[in-house]
Amino acid sequence: MLAEALFFSAVLFAIGVVGVLTRRNAIIVFMCVELMLNAVNLTFVAFAQSYGAAGQVFVFFVMTVAAAEAAVGLAIIIALFRHRQTVDLQNINLLKG
Amino acid sequence: MVVQDMPHGTLPLLYTFHFYLFGIIAIVSALLFVTRKSPVAAALWLVNTMFSLAALYVMLDAQFIGVIQVLVYAGAIMVVFLFVIMLLNLGQGVVGDARGLGWKLIAGAVGVALLAQIFALTRSRTPVNLTLPAGYTAQQVERTGAITPIAGPLFNEYLLAFEVTSVLLLAAIVGAVVLGKQRGEGDAG
Amino acid sequence: MIPLLQAAATAGTHPLTGTIAEWVWLVPLLPLLGFVINGALSLASVFHAGPGDPALAHGEAHGVDDGGHGHAAAHDDDAHGATGDDHHPVVRHRFAGVASIVGPGVLILSFLLAAAIFLAMRGAGEMTAPFIQRYFSWMPVGDMHIDAAFQLDQLSMMMTLVVTGVGMLIHLFSVGYMQDDPGYPRFFAYLNLFVFFMLVLVLAGNYPLLFIGWEGVGVCSYLLIGFWFSDKVNSDAGKKAFIVNRIGDVGFLIAMFMMFANMHALDFTGVREGAASLPFGGIVVTTICLFLFLGCAGKSAQIPLYTWLPDAMAGPTPVSALIHAATMVTAGVYLIARTNVLFSMAPVAQLVVVIIGALTAIFAASIGLKQWDIKKVLAYSTVSQLGYMFIGVGSGAYVSGLFHLVTHAFFKALLFLGSGSVIFAMHRAYHHTDNHDDAQDMRNMGGLKQYMPVTFWLMWIATLAIAGIPPFAGFFSKDEILGGLFARAQHSTIASASLFGIPGSGWLYFAYLLGLVAAFMTATYMTRMMIYTFHGPNRTGEKERGHLAEAPWIMTGPLVVLGILSAIGGWLNLPEFAPLGRVGALEHWLDPVVGESTARVMAGAGETSASLEYTLVGVAILIAVGGIALAWTRLKPESLVPKREAAPEEGFEKVLVNKYYVDEIYDKTIVEPVVGVSRGLLWRGIDAGLIDGVGVNGSAYLARFVGWIGSQFQSGQLGTYAWVLVAGVLAVLGAFSIR
Repeated sequence: MLAEALFFSAVLFAIGVVGVLTRRNAIIVFMCVELMLNAVNLTFVAFAQSYGAAGQVFVFFVMTVAAAEAAVGLAIIIALFRHRQTVDLQNINLLKG
Repeated sequence: MVVQDMPHGTLPLLYTFHFYLFGIIAIVSALLFVTRKSPVAAALWLVNTMFSLAALYVMLDAQFIGVIQVLVYAGAIMVVFLFVIMLLNLGQGVVGDARGLGWKLIAGAVGVALLAQIFALTRSRTPVNLTLPAGYTAQQVERTGAITPIAGPLFNEYLLAFEVTSVLLLAAIVGAVVLGKQRGEGDAG
Repeated sequence: MIPLLQAAATAGTHPLTGTIAEWVWLVPLLPLLGFVINGALSLASVFHAGPGDPALAHGEAHGVDDGGHGHAAAHDDDAHGATGDDHHPVVRHRFAGVASIVGPGVLILSFLLAAAIFLAMRGAGEMTAPFIQRYFSWMPVGDMHIDAAFQLDQLSMMMTLVVTGVGMLIHLFSVGYMQDDPGYPRFFAYLNLFVFFMLVLVLAGNYPLLFIGWEGVGVCSYLLIGFWFSDKVNSDAGKKAFIVNRIGDVGFLIAMFMMFANMHALDFTGVREGAASLPFGGIVVTTICLFLFLGCAGKSAQIPLYTWLPDAMAGPTPVSALIHAATMVTAGVYLIARTNVLFSMAPVAQLVVVIIGALTAIFAASIGLKQWDIKKVLAYSTVSQLGYMFIGVGSGAYVSGLFHLVTHAFFKALLFLGSGSVIFAMHRAYHHTDNHDDAQDMRNMGGLKQYMPVTFWLMWIATLAIAGIPPFAGFFSKDEILGGLFARAQHSTIASASLFGIPGSGWLYFAYLLGLVAAFMTATYMTRMMIYTFHGPNRTGEKERGHLAEAPWIMTGPLVVLGILSAIGGWLNLPEFAPLGRVGALEHWLDPVVGESTARVMAGAGETSASLEYTLVGVAILIAVGGIALAWTRLKPESLVPKREAAPEEGFEKVLVNKYYVDEIYDKTIVEPVVGVSRGLLWRGIDAGLIDGVGVNGSAYLARFVGWIGSQFQSGQLGTYAWVLVAGVLAVLGAFSIR
């Protein structure tokens, strides 16, 4: 089932990328990133079945990072919303020096 | 899903059917997720994708990860997302959230190109000589339980990384609190 | 010969081992020590210059003499200065006392050591192989091994004695001459450094080390010509000397490269051995010799690179005496004598050397006929006499060339120091009355014999010596050069060769004729100089006349010593027809170094017949006397007017006064095109246009353009960043998947 799992993973990842590219709502973009992470997790798990359980450990770490990222990222979005009253990425250009 | 009786490549039809089923559910849910205007709807479709993924994990002999997926992702992270959406009162789909049609087409083309590249790479670059015997992981799970295969490496080879993860989580908690705090409140009190 | 040289290479077999000759390294090291001390004193006085420091009050330009025209300008500046006080109180440098002891002191020690080594060499008996001291391995590169090694043989011993001896006398003279100069320790520092490099040059055991000395003396020459550097004329003269010398140095370097390429050796003994394998008169050895001679022409001021030497008179007069008359400019002669093995194998190159030497001799002598600046007369005289030396070494009569080198060092140093003494007196007289006339122009002198009798008599000795009047030193050396040339024109390997289709003997007879004419001119212009300077009425000025006086003993003392040497220097190498003492002492002394090569050039020719020899000597004496008589009878010092009242020359005299316009021709044909190309093409075109414009600014513009493109990406829009990121991922994955 490795090939099939990789296929699903690739499709999910591509969907996540397209989502990041097309959506402007910060929260949805964020969720797209989570989707990409999940796609990668699927790859890890699929490979772990064939190459050893260490891959699952990586999934564990990815989830931890995703959790931390969600906590901080959502906090940023909240802080941003307080300032700008919007989560539309087009109206947010603080990254411009 | 115990498949140790079956030689590799000759999985039971039911197993294959379910694998494809959950995979297709995940993909369709993901597609619906990116196309929904309403963030709440999008979030719920994403939860659906994650449940399907959990099912795939279980079928790939990663039962522990499957459980964690449901608990952490579908259960915790996505709930936090929904909380934030409600907190910021973003429930209604914002008109014009998505970019224009041109951008969508280009993004779709990029997605297809990316997909093609990933396929090309997976075909050419999958190492064969490292592959475990078919059903090895399943037998291990049968022998030692679902937790031991992941707990072993986690507390031996990856112990340091595991401990550092706790620091990462702590930092994330502190960061989230600091960022989420109302400006001025801290100064006042 | 070769087995003997190899024997010398093995340590412990040389007769000089264990004698004082092992201390030869100390000979150049002492002047270096003096340089360090005097240099430190000079720097210390610069750093601690207080408000009362004379160097600050008067500036560096206020020396005793500074090459004529620049001096008046310096005085004008002072006169119009805020102080309005033109009559400077004479304040000696605060470290003048120490510098006076250290500067000449190291030279005296050095000379004494050299003399002791000389005695040790005399005592060691027949020394056929050079005494080589290796100190450390300098450049071990591949199969090239160059040691920091000194080679002590008869030739380097002779040169060491001349350099330290004459150098010592000139140092002593400088104590008096430079006494009021604000840069007093600096002067001695440079002078000591010069002697160090000159000793490295003559003691070096291989060509690269010799080249170090060669370049070192060039640097010191540059520093000392521009000693009063606050006048642009002086610093320009220094630059000219330096740059013209570089042209010659390229030749020297190419010669060294070719030597190594063809003989795989750069030390003197190695080249000697390697030369045996080269064909006689072959293109390789001829080319090497011609390139070496290019280097010599630069350093020793031969046509076409002589123009820097007259300008070098901008330096203080002791410098002119030491560097630009007695020692450094003779380095080319030394180099040819040192490379005698190669030159004796290249008759065509020898012909070129002789012809260039003869042309230089007559050319410079004719310019000297109409110069008014006393130092310029002596400068052209030096160029002319160097031409004689090249005739000598070029014709394979190495001993005669070196002999003339030694005697010339005596009498030309004496002439320069004497002129320095005159300038010193003139300057003092003018200084007393705030007169800004040229202290070096002979039209402002005249009748000085009554004011400075010692200088007068000593200068006459030197004049007779350079003119070739027996029994003074110059007679013997010049006669030997011309006699040797005549003998070689009759029969030698050079006479058998040919250049431009003309047989070598024809060229040599032509050179002999030029040499005779130059000798006549030498006698004439030297007598002219003496008449205008010391005889006739005094033209200095009514007020100044009373202040003219003889120089102090510290200056006249060295003059007396040099006078004695000029008078008896001929005894070093007496010819057979005048057995006034030991005949051919120098020839015998130098025989181990140059004897073989001389014999090779002579190709077994017999002695010139006694009657012919007497005829040649008679002709030489006649010509010298004739030259003096012509000047004595035709020149009227009474009708001469001071410089400021003099009318400009006309006709051929004008051409002579303007030195055949050679500087102007060089300016038009070489300097201006080079400057034009440099300015137009290299600077504006390549440097400003290509390098600055396209290279420097262009790359800056390119960087700015790339940066501008990059800055367009930084919109602050997360979406854009995501797009760029994905594009990058696509590119990287594409690169992987295509592979």
